[in-house]
Amino acid sequence: MASASSQEASAPASNRSPVLITLVAWLVPGGGHFLLRRRGRAALIFACVLVTFVVGILMRGPMFEPHGGDLLTTLIQWGGFVGDLASGLFYLLTVWLGYAPPDTAGHVHDYGSKLIVAAGLLNILAMVDAWEIAKGEKG
Amino acid sequence: MKLNLTHFEVSILFALVTSVMLGLVTKKTDRERVRYGIQCFAYFIVALFGIGWAMHFLHG
Repeated sequence: MASASSQEASAPASNRSPVLITLVAWLVPGGGHFLLRRRGRAALIFACVLVTFVVGILMRGPMFEPHGGDLLTTLIQWGGFVGDLASGLFYLLTVWLGYAPPDTAGHVHDYGSKLIVAAGLLNILAMVDAWEIAKGEKG
Repeated sequence: MKLNLTHFEVSILFALVTSVMLGLVTKKTDRERVRYGIQCFAYFIVALFGIGWAMHFLHG
């Protein structure tokens, strides 16, 4: 016999499509959780992704661009680009507003670039969580 | 405005936000989330100092 908590976890948390929830979670970090009425978690996710992204920008970290070369360069550039893009509107707005610092040598720019990617990777964790909650696989 | 954080400061920031996020997405109750977040942060710090000292001795 299933317990009340497992029955609760197996029921979809929202009538909205999990795909829509995940799309919102990508565009606005924490947005998926917000739609799923997990407001506190949504605020924390938004804050974590925002702080990481903004510190990366303030350190003048360059964005990755999806171009090829040898195998390692292609993996790094495309992997970094996907990580950047995963921040959703933060990334899109930043690029549309013309943020494009040159990829110069220096540890500060390098850490900034990695923080921007880290912000996107954190948002991917949140997107997966929102997907699972929307599917009723998690509470 | 430009930030010039050191490797250590960036590592602490990364450890903090990642621990919060891991706590949020992996556990079911708020109590478990806080506990797991603190645990992850402690592991990050131990790894940070451990690897730092290891590199110090390996590089000489």
